[in-house]
This record gives sequence, C-alpha cells and structure tokens, in this order.
Amino acid sequence: MSTQPRTIVEKIWDNHVVTAQPGVPALIYIDLHLCHEVTTPQAFQTLRDRGLKVRRPDLTIATMDHSTPTTPHNLPILDTVGKAQLDQMEKNCADFGIRLYNLQSDKQGIVHVMGPEQGLTQPGMTIVCGDSHTATHGAFGALAFGIGTSQVGQVLATQCLLQQPSKTYAIRVEGKLQPGVTAKDIILAVIAKIGIGGGTECVFEYTGSTIRGLSMEERMTICNMSIEGGARAGLVAPDDTTYQYIAGREFAPKGKEWDAALARWQQLPTDEGATYAKELTLDANTLEPMVTFGTNPGMGIPISGLIPDPAGISDPIEKSDLIKALKYMDLKPGVPLKGHPINVVFVGSCTNSRISDLRAAASIMKGRKVNPKVRVLVVPGSQQVKKQAEAEGLDKIFREAGADFREAGCSMCLAMNGDQLEPGEYAVSTSNRNFEGRQGKGGRTFLASPLTAAASAITGVVTDVRSL
Amino acid sequence: MKTDTQEKTATKLVTKTVTIESKTVALPIENIDTDQIIPARFLKTTSMEGLGDNLFLDWRYLPDGSPNPDFALNKPSAKGAEILIAGDNFGCGSSREHAPWALKQYGFKAIISTSFADIFKGNALKNGLLPIIMPPDIHAELLKWPGIVLKIDLATQTVTLAGGRTVEFPIDPFAKQCLIEGVDELGYMLNQQPAIAAYEAKRAGTVNTLA
Repeated sequence: MSTQPRTIVEKIWDNHVVTAQPGVPALIYIDLHLCHEVTTPQAFQTLRDRGLKVRRPDLTIATMDHSTPTTPHNLPILDTVGKAQLDQMEKNCADFGIRLYNLQSDKQGIVHVMGPEQGLTQPGMTIVCGDSHTATHGAFGALAFGIGTSQVGQVLATQCLLQQPSKTYAIRVEGKLQPGVTAKDIILAVIAKIGIGGGTECVFEYTGSTIRGLSMEERMTICNMSIEGGARAGLVAPDDTTYQYIAGREFAPKGKEWDAALARWQQLPTDEGATYAKELTLDANTLEPMVTFGTNPGMGIPISGLIPDPAGISDPIEKSDLIKALKYMDLKPGVPLKGHPINVVFVGSCTNSRISDLRAAASIMKGRKVNPKVRVLVVPGSQQVKKQAEAEGLDKIFREAGADFREAGCSMCLAMNGDQLEPGEYAVSTSNRNFEGRQGKGGRTFLASPLTAAASAITGVVTDVRSL
Repeated sequence: MKTDTQEKTATKLVTKTVTIESKTVALPIENIDTDQIIPARFLKTTSMEGLGDNLFLDWRYLPDGSPNPDFALNKPSAKGAEILIAGDNFGCGSSREHAPWALKQYGFKAIISTSFADIFKGNALKNGLLPIIMPPDIHAELLKWPGIVLKIDLATQTVTLAGGRTVEFPIDPFAKQCLIEGVDELGYMLNQQPAIAAYEAKRAGTVNTLA
C-alpha cells in the first residue's frame, strides 16, 4: 500500500486493480453494473454468440428508461421498434438472470435516478453503465463512468474492464450561492469556463465549501454533467450528508455491515498533501443563473449576459463553430438571451428530475399559469419520484398551472421516445445537452436550471427567475 | 490448463487493421458530437446493422430528404474516402458505440483530429476504427486540402503525407497489439479469470450484492 498522499480517485483505483501488467492497461474490478435497453442488446448477443454467462448477475441491475413512453405505462406501446427493444431487454434479463425494474415495476426510472434512490450507489464503488451520464453516481464518492457496448459485454462476462488510470482535476467551489442560483448553474458555469473538452482524460473531484453545503441531489446534478466538461467521471468525497442519504435504503448495508462500510468510506476522502493534475476555483458568491445559447453545453452565459459575437474571436475554427451555432439557433450576437421567446419547457432528465428539482419547479408554478404559447413537460426521474411528487401534491400544482406531468423516463432529453421538439422550436430544458437536434430534429435547446425553466414557462420567454 | 470455453473465447474476431491508403474527406468543425454522428432516434435497434445509412443524417440530407449538396460527404470527390479529417474533440457526448459502428459501416477506417473524446476513442479502437491524433499544424493543413491521399501505417504509427513526409501518431500499445494481431480484448480478459476469482475472494464481504 502506497504511503504517498492520494486523491480519492487514486484510492478507489488502487482498491480495484485486479491485475496490472506492463504494456497492458490495468484490469479493474467493477462493483456495480447498471444496464438499460439501448446500449445492451448487442452486448448480450455477444455473450450468446460466444456461449458466455454473466459472471456476477448479483452485481448487475437493469431498468428501462431511454426508449420508454412517458404516457401511462398500462397503455400499449405504439412505437413497434421501441417496443421490440424493451421486449429484448425483458428476454435478456430473464435469460441471463438479471434483476430488471421494467415498466410495471414501481422502482423503474432513469438508471441514474434509480440507482441512488435504491441505495445501490455507495461510496468507494466502481460503477459503470452504457451511458455517459454514469458520473452522476460520483456524487456518493464512487468512481462511476460511462462505457460503450463492447465494454458492457466485457463487464457482463468478466465483471472487469481494462482501464488506464485517470488524472484528478480539482474543481473547488467556494462561497455562498445567491437566491435563484442552483447546482445546475454551478456546473454550467464550470463547463462554460473550461470548455467541453477541458476535462479530457481526467476525473473531476468537486470540492470546496459550496459543494460541502449541497444536498445529495444537488451533488448528483453537478457530477451528472462531468462528461459535458469532457471528463471521464466526476465525484464528491463522501461526508455525513452522503451517509445520511444512504442509510436505510433498500440496498444499503445494515447493522454491523453498515458500521464496517462506514469505516471504509471514511478512509476515502483525498489525503492532505495529495497533488492534483489540474485545479480550478469558482466563486459561488458571484454566480448568476446560467443559460446556454449555442449547440454545445460549453456555450453558456449568465442570464444577464450577452450572446457572444464571432467578430471578437480570432481562432478561425472556433469562430466558424460559433457562427454555425448561432445560425442553427437563429440568434443574433451581442444581445441578451433573456427575453427570447420559447415554445417548450422540459423539466426532467438524469440531471434534474429528482424530487428537489420538481419541488423547485413547483415553487415557481404554484398559483401561476404557464404561458398559453408554451408546452410544458414535467417528467419525473423515476416511479418513486413520481409517487413522492404526488404525495406532496406537486402533480396538482403542475397540472393547475397548465403543465403536463408524465411517467418516468429520459423523455425529451434525447427524444428517442416520441417526446420531442418540432423543427425550429425553442425549449428551455433542464437536461444536459443542447446539441443540434438532440431534443428533436431541428429543435433548439437552452439548458438551464429547474427554477429558470419554470420561470420561463410562466412568462413564455427566457427569464431570470429572480425577476419574477 | 485452458478450458474449451477459454479456447473458444480467445478466437481472433477482430479484423486486422494494419495499413490504410485512401484519399481524405474533411469536416472542419470542432466538437462533433455523437448525436450528429448518429442521431438518438436510430438507437432503438437491437443489432449493429444498418447504421451507416444514417451516419450524419441530419447534416447529410435537407429537410425535404434530398442530399445536402454543401455537405462534404456528399461531394462527388468524397466518394470512397476511408479517412475522415475532423476538428478538435471529435466524438464528444454520449457513450453510444453506434457512432463508430456507423462510421465503419459507411466506409471510414480512420478519423484524424487533434483530440478525441475519451469514450469515443475507446469505442473506436474496439471496432478497428483508428482515432489518429495529429499535431495542430499538420491537422490544419489536412483540413485545408481534402482529397489528398494519405497512407496510415499502424505498425510504425505513422501517417505518410503527400510528398513522402511521415508524421508519427500516439496509440495505446495494447489496443495496437490487439488490432495488429487480431486478438479481441474480451478473449484476453476471459483468460484472466483466475486472477479475477482471487480478487473476488480477497474482497469477500466488502462488495455489496443485490441478493
């Protein structure tokens, strides 16, 4: 065991090395493998073709989220291709002995909402999923990252992956968030600062007084978008907030096992004197609500800011990319985005579909009506979130305001399931990507927090929630 | 002693990728994300087939369904190009392996950029699609002169430019070995099963199970 001071990332790595041979990437053990219907069918087929079993079905769990309709789950699924994919997931999980939370399960939900809420996500774990937003689970001090379908097959068959170690990139956020400014604004500000490739080959460790003060759900929002900063993963060292969240959940350790787990978890935080490959400090006091104007998540500005002007950019490709983005978005440079008319508001996705996100949106919509020109979708992250929202009467607040409150799933975040923008429509969306066509062919996305999204739903234009 | 299963799984499955000689086609755009490479609505498939037809679909076709004459891949001169030159941070966004599947099925064997998103790079290598990093000055030249013929040699890790100049590129040594020898990673990993079992025994009691 090394006596050098180590970062939390290095500690988790060291704990999971199965073999490390020269000239070959290390073989790393995976503690939890989350599966969904979109990125696994070809991996199960590989297992069938090669006569292999799933090595640890007891460390593998599946749900359905990406291609699932958000209309009531007892209705027939009209999309035959999507239905075939869901049926294949049922068959694969049955054939290989994997626990599945299907559409009839009250635990079904977006894989990155379901895992933490069931207590599956725990500090110090290695967690993978065929989904780039797996970093969400890093909020618990786990090393969690997205993998491709070939790797899904490798983990199913061996419970391992071949990996190169990552550099640790410290992102310190210090100070107090002002009213109306949220975790989503922190991560959008980080990405705007470092760019969408800024974290390549790194794992972000989010640290500092602001992060320490955040709830688990807020930490999940931040870790979720680590990939949008180009990082392999992002995490927050566990603390009492983490332990309190996990305690008592279905898959959390109990009794003596809890005490032993807690003792292990408390060893995880980065040692005094450990070195980071890169560091960035952000002042939370001066942050404003953030909103993106362009076609990647790094193209973000404070709500009071102006859309940047390509005339001020010297790099020719960067300049042409900005021109291309503004053309796609049909926006003029040098003017505020605030006040721009919108057609749709989407509150949902693995970034912002948890109960606190729904409470935030409801706090704005309560007693108000959404602008009649705006279609508003509120999509809870899981059946459990939906149930909780209904218990608190949030569903009534949304419906009375004129918003649509739907079944759990990824929905309009990636528009695979029929929930989508029409060509040319503008949306304020609490999701994580504003790529061209991401929310529907020809659709245009402004990424923002649930507060900003709800405020914009009321006014019908991009709105500073602090002005309501 | 190897079991029958291990022998079977160590079968060489990956097509050997050693040299590529082809003209290029250029997309001088930074941060080309996987939603552009293959839009999400095509991820409902349960196979790997048919993705090449939908590569860059929303850029390749106009709203009326006709090919976009301004898109580089639609120019007659791009026909048959096996090397794509693209801007920085190619393949950012989602982890979908459908992106390299689509690029390969369309006919590309190598992508040249100044940088690649991590997950895309790994996915590409697992499918014999070479992600080749060139220094910014060479990359800028290649973007300027689409259509020139390049020779890529994986064994020597070099790109030979028009005029005979060669430029080296980095590649993960294990991925290179797998590609040249045609050995697939899963076969290699299955042969590590004794070490995996030993690790599991050592960690017993500290790995939570869903049981």
